[in-house]
Amino acid sequence: MHPAFSVIFLTTLIGVGQGMFLAVFTGESYAAVHLLPGQDSSAFYALGTAVALAFMVLGLFAAVFHLGKPSYFITRAWRGITQWRTSWLSRELIMLPLTMFLVFLYAVFHYFGWGKDLAVPPTLVLGSITTAAVFGLFLATGMIYASLKFIREWYCSLTVINYVLLGGASGFTLAAAFSAYQAPELVTFYAIWAMIITAAGLVTRGASLIRNARIKPIATMQSAIGVRHTHIQQKSMGMMGGSYNTREYFHHKTRAFLKSVKWIFLVLAFAAPLALLALGQGGNVELLLAAFGVQYVGLLFERWFFFAQANHPQNLYYQTV
Amino acid sequence: MSETPSASTGGRIEVKTTTCYMCACRCGIRVTLRDGEVRYIQGNPEHPLNKGVMCAKGASGIMKQYSPARLTKPLRRKKGAERGDGQFEEISWDEAFDTIEERLAHIRATDPKKFALFTGRDQMQALTGLFAKNYGTPNYAAHGGFCSVNMAAGMIYTIGGSFWEFGGPDLERSKLFIMIGTAEDHHSNPMKIELSKFKRNGGRFISINPVRTGYSAIADEWIPIRPGTDGALLLAISQEILKTGLYDRDFLINYSNAAELVNMDPNSPEYGMFVRFEVPPEEGCFDPQNKLWWDRTLNKPISTHTPGADPYLLGKEFKLDDGTPVKTSFQLLKERLDQYTPEWAAGVTGIPAETIRRLAHEMGITARDEKIELPIPWIDTWGNEHQSVTGNPVSFHAMRGLAAHSNGFQTIRALGVLMSILGTIDRPGGFRHKAPFPRPIPPCPKTPTGPEDVQPNTPLNGMPLGWPADPDDLFVDDDGNPVRIDKGFSWEYPLSVHGLMHNAITNAWRGDPYKIDTLMLFMANMAWNSSMNTDKIRMMLNDKDETGEYKIPFIIVADAFQSETVAFADLVLPDTTYLERHDVMSMLDRPISEFDGPVDSVRVPVVPPTGDCKPFQEVLIELGSRLKLPPFVNADGSRKYRNYPEFITKFETAPGSGIGFLAGWRGKGGEKSMRGEPNPSQWEMYAKNNCVYHHHLPRSYQYMRNWNQGYLQWAQANGMTRYAEPINLHIYSEVLQKFRLAAQGKTVGRQPPAHLRARVETFFDPLPFYHEPIESQLTDKHKYPLNAVTQRPMAMYHSWDSQNAWLRQIHTYNFLYIHPRTAQAAGIEDGGWMWVESMHGKVRCMARYSEATEPGTVWTWNAIGKASGAWNLTPQANEANQGFLLNHVISEELPAHDAGEHVSNSDPVTGQAGWYDVRVRVYPAGADEEKQTFPHYKPVKPAPGTPKRRKWQNYFAGLFTQKGDA
Amino acid sequence: MTQLALVIDLNVCVGCHACVTSCKEWNTSGVSGPMFDDAPYGKDPTGTFFNRVQTYEIGCFPNTETLHFPKSCLHCEEAPCVPVCPTGASHKRDQDGIVLVDYDKCIGCKYCSWACPYGAREFDEHQKVMKKCTLCYDRIYNQDFPESERKPACVLSCPTSARLFGDVHDPESDVSVAIRERGGYQLMPEWGTKPANHYLPRRKTRKQIHAEDLVRVDNPLSKEDIRRETSKDITLDDWLM
Ligand SMILES: Nc1nc2c(c(=O)[nH]1)N[C@H]1C(S)=C(S)[C@@H](COP(=O)(O)OP(=O)(O)OC[C@H]3O[C@@H](n4cnc5c(=O)[nH]c(N)nc54)[C@H](O)[C@@H]3O)O[C@H]1N2
Ligand SMILES: Nc1nc2c(c(=O)[nH]1)N[C@H]1C(S)=C(S)[C@@H](COP(=O)(O)OP(=O)(O)OC[C@H]3O[C@@H](n4cnc5c(=O)[nH]c(N)nc54)[C@H](O)[C@@H]3O)O[C@H]1N2
Ligand code: SF4
Ligand code: SF4
Ligand code: SF4
Ligand code: SF4
Ligand code: SF4
Ligand SMILES: [Mo]
Repeated sequence: MHPAFSVIFLTTLIGVGQGMFLAVFTGESYAAVHLLPGQDSSAFYALGTAVALAFMVLGLFAAVFHLGKPSYFITRAWRGITQWRTSWLSRELIMLPLTMFLVFLYAVFHYFGWGKDLAVPPTLVLGSITTAAVFGLFLATGMIYASLKFIREWYCSLTVINYVLLGGASGFTLAAAFSAYQAPELVTFYAIWAMIITAAGLVTRGASLIRNARIKPIATMQSAIGVRHTHIQQKSMGMMGGSYNTREYFHHKTRAFLKSVKWIFLVLAFAAPLALLALGQGGNVELLLAAFGVQYVGLLFERWFFFAQANHPQNLYYQTV
Repeated sequence: MSETPSASTGGRIEVKTTTCYMCACRCGIRVTLRDGEVRYIQGNPEHPLNKGVMCAKGASGIMKQYSPARLTKPLRRKKGAERGDGQFEEISWDEAFDTIEERLAHIRATDPKKFALFTGRDQMQALTGLFAKNYGTPNYAAHGGFCSVNMAAGMIYTIGGSFWEFGGPDLERSKLFIMIGTAEDHHSNPMKIELSKFKRNGGRFISINPVRTGYSAIADEWIPIRPGTDGALLLAISQEILKTGLYDRDFLINYSNAAELVNMDPNSPEYGMFVRFEVPPEEGCFDPQNKLWWDRTLNKPISTHTPGADPYLLGKEFKLDDGTPVKTSFQLLKERLDQYTPEWAAGVTGIPAETIRRLAHEMGITARDEKIELPIPWIDTWGNEHQSVTGNPVSFHAMRGLAAHSNGFQTIRALGVLMSILGTIDRPGGFRHKAPFPRPIPPCPKTPTGPEDVQPNTPLNGMPLGWPADPDDLFVDDDGNPVRIDKGFSWEYPLSVHGLMHNAITNAWRGDPYKIDTLMLFMANMAWNSSMNTDKIRMMLNDKDETGEYKIPFIIVADAFQSETVAFADLVLPDTTYLERHDVMSMLDRPISEFDGPVDSVRVPVVPPTGDCKPFQEVLIELGSRLKLPPFVNADGSRKYRNYPEFITKFETAPGSGIGFLAGWRGKGGEKSMRGEPNPSQWEMYAKNNCVYHHHLPRSYQYMRNWNQGYLQWAQANGMTRYAEPINLHIYSEVLQKFRLAAQGKTVGRQPPAHLRARVETFFDPLPFYHEPIESQLTDKHKYPLNAVTQRPMAMYHSWDSQNAWLRQIHTYNFLYIHPRTAQAAGIEDGGWMWVESMHGKVRCMARYSEATEPGTVWTWNAIGKASGAWNLTPQANEANQGFLLNHVISEELPAHDAGEHVSNSDPVTGQAGWYDVRVRVYPAGADEEKQTFPHYKPVKPAPGTPKRRKWQNYFAGLFTQKGDA
Repeated sequence: MTQLALVIDLNVCVGCHACVTSCKEWNTSGVSGPMFDDAPYGKDPTGTFFNRVQTYEIGCFPNTETLHFPKSCLHCEEAPCVPVCPTGASHKRDQDGIVLVDYDKCIGCKYCSWACPYGAREFDEHQKVMKKCTLCYDRIYNQDFPESERKPACVLSCPTSARLFGDVHDPESDVSVAIRERGGYQLMPEWGTKPANHYLPRRKTRKQIHAEDLVRVDNPLSKEDIRRETSKDITLDDWLM
C-alpha cells in the first residue's frame, strides 16, 4: 500500500493519546487501592489527560486530511457514524470523538475536583468507562486493517494487539517523561511499565514481522485472471501514465529501502526507547523525553512500514508498475 | 443522485448522424450534442459497416474535436525563422489564397510539374487527383506507395481485386481463415465483428505473423514467421497442394489462365506469352478470349471454353501444328514450385516443414470436403447456366506484413495464386469482391506516357496514376528516364500504381530528376511518421542551396492539427475536423462497399468549424476556380460551384454521364441510383438515411463476379467497368512477361536502360517466386542480425492521436519488444534503455521483453513517439522523451548497387516502400547515457491560434468550453 | 432477485479498448461524471476510467498466448466494498445488484477501495470522491432510449460482442446460458466475494486430418498427363532371361 501520512499521523498520535490516558488512569486506579501515591487532581491527572487529549486532537486533525476534502469534515463526516453496524471505520469514527469526549470529561472532573470526596470518586467510574472506550477505539482502529481479509499482512489479531501495545508503549513512555515533571515519584513506575509494554510490543510486532515474512499469498496471478499456467506475464496495464491503482497500492520504493525502514523502526521504536527508559527511569527528564521522542519517530517509521509492507491483491493486476 | 436518473443532466440535446474519421474504416456514427458540445459518439446501429459498434479511437472523437493541437488560423512562417522551428504569424484566408494563387498560376503557366501535391491518410483522392490532373502536374500521389500498393497491385494484377477496401474474406461462411501479416488494418470494426462471429461459429483461425498481438491473440493457432519470408511459405504450401492434388481443378480450368497454353519457343518474340488463335488488335484492358487449351480427349489444341472441352492442366510439353512447343501455365507453375519444398521453406521461414505440410493439407481438405452450395442460379460470361453457387470455405486476409517488403509484390502474387488454386475467388466462404471490383487485369486507367504530356496551362494528358499493361504505358522520356518527381511508372518501379510518395522529398531536395518549386502536403505527416529516414528528411526540408534559397522553395501544409510537418511549412492551411465538414466516401475513389453491393457514404457537419478552419475540399474548389481549372469553371471562366457540397451534387464524370461522386439518390428527385442526373437535394437525402447509400445487388450478381454475366453487364451499365468481359485469374502473368521480354531486348517497344535490364528481368517474373528482400541482400546480416518491424496499435491512428487526452493514456510511449533470449544475449534488461541500430541510423529506446515475439524480430507500435512540442504536448510529454520513432533507422533509399545509386528502398515492381525490410542490431545503452530517446528534437512552441492546453480537465459536454478549466 | 452483470468473452476479445473509451465518453458527461484527466497533454497523463483492458502473455515462445483482459467493477454479490464504507455511500442496490457510490455521501476516505481485491474502484482526485463502473445505470433504465440501446456503453460499442450484459440470476438469460455452457468463471473466487461479472475462457478449434483424406479416387491429378520418368537404374527385368 501507499503509506499516507495522514493515516500514519492519525494512528500514531491517537495511539499516544490513548496510551497516555491509560497511564494516567492506571496511576489513579493504583492510587485508589494505595499501590501508588495519589497525585494532585489538576496538576497531574487533569494535565496528564489534557496532554493525552491534545495528542488525540492532533490525530483528529490529521484524520481530517485523510478525508477527500477537509470540508467533508463539516459537511459529510457525520454520515460516517451511520454504518456502525458493518463498518469498523464507522465505528472508529464513533469511538474517536466519543473517547475524546470521555477523556475530556475525565480531565474536567479532575480539574474541578468534582466529587473527589465521594466513596467511589466519579473519576474512577468515568475513567473505567473511558478505559473501555479507549480499548474500543484501539479495537476499531486495529480492526479497520485487521478486518481486510485480502490484505494478508493485516488480516491477523496481531494487528489489533500491536495497535494496543504500541499505543500503550508510547503513551506510557510519554507518561514517564510527564511524571518526571509533575510527579517524580511515579517516574519509575511509568518507566518500568513503558519498558514492559515496549518489550511486549517488540515481541508481538516481531511476531507479525515473522508471520508476514512467511505469508503465502492466497490469490495468485492464475486466480486473478483465471488462467492455469505457470508462466504468466503482464505486458500492459491498460494505461502508461499511472492510475489510482498504481498510486494507492504501491509504495514505489525499493526492497532495500523497505528493509532499512524495518531496522530503523525496530531500533527507534523499541531498542532505543528501552535503553533510554532504562537509563532515565531514575527521573532524568531529558532521557525520558528523548525516549518518547525517539519512540514516536520510530512509530512513524513502524506505521509507514506497516502500510508499505501490505501487499494488496489488486497489485496482481498491476505487475508492470 | 437519484437511483434511476434520466439520460442527461439537462441541457439541449440533439442527435445527428455522420461518418467517423478517426481512421479510414469510416464507420457510421451517431453524435449526441448537449448545448452544442459533443456529448456522446456512438456507432450507428443502422450502418452496414459497423452495425453500431465502435473502436477506441472512434469513441474518443470528443478529445480530438476539443484538442489543443487544433489549428484554427491560416499561418505564415515568420520572416527569418527556420523551417522546423514552427514560428508562425496568423494571416487571413484572403492572403493565403492570394499567395497560393499567384504562385500556382505562375507555375502552371510555365512548368506545371514544378507543383507537387502529395496527400497522406486522406480519402478524397478523386478530388485531389482531379485537381492535380487538371492543373497539369504529373506530381501527384496519395499515401498508397508507402502504404500497401503491393497488396493492391499484387492482387489486382492476379485476381482483379484485392483485400483492404477492395474485397475481403467471407467469414460468415468460411470454415478456415488464415490471416497473414495483419495487425489492425483498415477494415477495423467489420473485421472484428466478423472474426468473433466466425470464432463463435466454430471456424478455425490461423494467424501467420512474427508477433502475436490483437487479432492474432485470439487465433486458434499462431504461426510465428521470420519477416519477409512469407513468399517462401506460400509457395511451399502451394507446392504441397499441387503435389497432393488438393487444388480445385474445375475452377482453375474455367476461371483462370491455368490451362492456357504458353509459347515455349525461346527464339520466338512471343516466348512466354499465351498462344493466341487469332490476333485481333488487343485494345483496352480486357483479356480477349482467344487463347488455347490442350484437350484431353481430342489430344489437340482447342480454343478455351469450347463447350465440352476437357483440357489438361498439367502435362508434357505439347507441340502446335506449326511446331511451337507449348505448355500449360499450370505446368509452368508446377515446375516453378518444385524447388519450393516444405523443407526448403522451413529453413527460410523458421516454420517446421510438418507445419507447412499440415497447413497445406488443412487448406486443401477444408476447401475440398466442406464445399458450400447456395441455391442461387447464375449465368457465366460464356453463357453457361449454373443452378447454384458453390464455394470452398477457406479464406485469407493479408496486409502490410506482406506488402511492406521489397519482395511483397511477388509474395502477394503467390498468395493470389494460392487462393486461386484453392478455388476461393469471389465464392462463398472464400474471398469476396466489393464494388467497383473486380476490375479488368490490369484496370483501364493509364498515366501519360511521356514528357510531352505535361504542358503549361493544360490538363495532364492521362490520369496522374494508372495501371500499366505493358512497357509502352510507362511514364518515361525517350531515354527511359522518369517524368515524375517520385520516379513512379519508370523502369525503376514500373507498376508503381500508387506513386512513391516516400521518395518525393528526397528527390525534390536532390533535384533528381529535377527541382520543383512548390510542395503541397495534405493530411500527411512527412516530417515524421510517413517518411523513411525521418531525421534526414527533416534536414532536407530545411536545406538551402549556395544562394541561400531553400532547395524545396515553398511548402504548403494543409492539416487540422499541429503535426511535426506543420513546423516545416511556409504556409499552413487549417483544416476542419471530420465533425465539421462535408465529405464523400465515393464510388470514384475508395468507397465502403460490401460483398453484396456498392455502398458509399458522406459526412455532414455536426458542429460548426472551429476558429477560421476551412475544409480542404473548399480550399481546392476555391483554388480550382481561381486557377480556372476546367472542371471548376464555366466556359466563360467564371466560377462554376459555390462550394464543395454543390460541386459534389453537380459534378459528372462526363457531361450527362449521370455518374458523379455519390451513387445514391440520383436523378432529379432522388429516384435513381448509381446513375442519374444530379439531384440538388442529394445531401439531405443522405443525411436523412444515416449518411450512407447501400445498393443491394440481386443475389445472382453477388458471386463469381469475375465471370458473372449479369453482374458484369450491370457493372458496365452503371459505369463501373468499361467492359463486360470475363476477368480470368492470372496464375501466370503475361503483363509481367511483357516487361521481362522488354528487359531481355526481345521486344520492339520501349526497353529499360542498360543498368536496369537485369533488375526488370529478374523481378518481372510471370510466375510468383521468392527472393530475399533487397535490403537484406545488401546488408551484412552478421552485423545486423535482426528484423525490425512496426505494427498498428488498435487504439491509435498513426501519429494523430497523441493529441487525444484519452487515447494517449493508453499508449503514452512505446517500447521495443524483443524476445527475452535475444535481449539477454545482448545484455539488455526488461524495461532498460537500449539502442536499435541499422546501417542507416540508430535510435535509443526502452526494451520490453515479449514471449509473443519471434526471437529474430524486434518490433514496436508505430508512430507513438513524437517530436518535442508537436501536437501541442508539453516538452516533458512522454511521447517525446520515452517514445521513439523507428523510422529513423529505415532508409528511403538502398545502398548503391547494380540498379543504381539512388534507388528507392522499395519493391522493384511496384515501388512499395520496404518498411519492414530493415535489419538491425541491438545493444544496451550505457549507464552514463541520458535516459531519453534519441534522436530528440528542440521543442516547438504551440502555433498561434491553437487552443489553450489545460493542466487538467474534466470533460462534461455542455459545460466544458465554458468552465472546464482547472 | 435480479443481479445484473457483464460476462466477458476472452475467446473473442481482441484488446481494442473500444469498451474503455466508450465507457469514458458516456460516463464523463453522464450522471457519474465528470471523469478527470490529469496532465492530459503533459508528462504521465492519468485520469479516471471505469474500465481498463490489460494484456498478458502466457507461456513461452512459440507456445505463447496473448490474452486481452478487460476489467471493471465486478458487482460482487458479497461485495466487500460495501459494508466497510462508513457513510453508506458505497452501496449495493436491492433491485438489480448494482454496486454504486453515492457521490453526495462519500467522504473520500478510500476505505472501500482498499476492501476491493480487484482494484476496480478509482478515486477522483479532483472531485475527491470514489468512482467506479456503474453498469451504466443511467442507460439501462433510460426510457429515452430504444430498448435495444438500454445497455451499457461498453457493451454497445464492443466490436466483437465480447461483452454480454444481463441478469445472472435468471437461469434463462443469455449471460447465464453463456456461463453455464461456456465454462464461465469468476475472478479470485477464493475471497468469497462472488463477483457477478464472469469471464468466458479461450476455446480452440482444431482440425483433425486423416491419412485417407489425402488419397482419394477423385484426385484431380489422375486426370493429368503426368509421365512417369523411366528408371535409369538396372532392374531385375534387365537380368532375367
Ligand atoms: N488503429 C489503427 N488502425 C489502422 C491504422 C492505424 O494507424 N491505427 N493504420 C491504417 C493504415 S494506413 C494501414 S496501411 C493499415 C495497415 O494494417 P496492417 O497491415 O494490419 O498494418 P501493420 O500494423 O503494418 O501490420 C503489419 C503486421 O504484419 C506483421 N508483419 C511484419 N512483417 C511481416 C512479415 O514479413 N510476415 C508476416 N506474416 N507478418 C509480418 C506485423 O507484426 C504486424 O502485425 O491499418 C490501418 N488501420
Ligand atoms: N515505421 C513505419 N512507418 C510507417 C508505417 C509503418 O508501418 N512503419 N506505415 C506507413 C503507412 S501504411 C502510412 S498510411 C503512413 C501514414 O502516415 P501519414 O499519412 O503521415 O498519417 P498520419 O500520421 O495519420 O498523419 C496524417 C496527418 O493528417 C492530419 N490530419 C488528421 N485529420 C485531419 C483532417 O481532418 N484534415 C487534415 N487536413 N489533416 C488531418 C494529422 O494531423 C497528420 O498530420 O505511415 C507510414 N509510416
Ligand atoms: S474503426 Fe474506429 S476510428 Fe475507424 S472509422 Fe470506425 S469507429 Fe472510427
Ligand atoms: S471492446 Fe470488446 S474486444 Fe475491445 S477490448 Fe473491450 S471487450 Fe475486448
Ligand atoms: S469488484 Fe470491487 S468494487 Fe466492485 S463490487 Fe466487487 S469488491 Fe466492490
Ligand atoms: S471513499 Fe466514499 S464510498 Fe468509499 S468507503 Fe469512503 S465514503 Fe465510502
Ligand atoms: S458498464 Fe458502463 S460504467 Fe461499467 S464499464 Fe461498461 S460502460 Fe463503463
Ligand atoms: Mo497505410
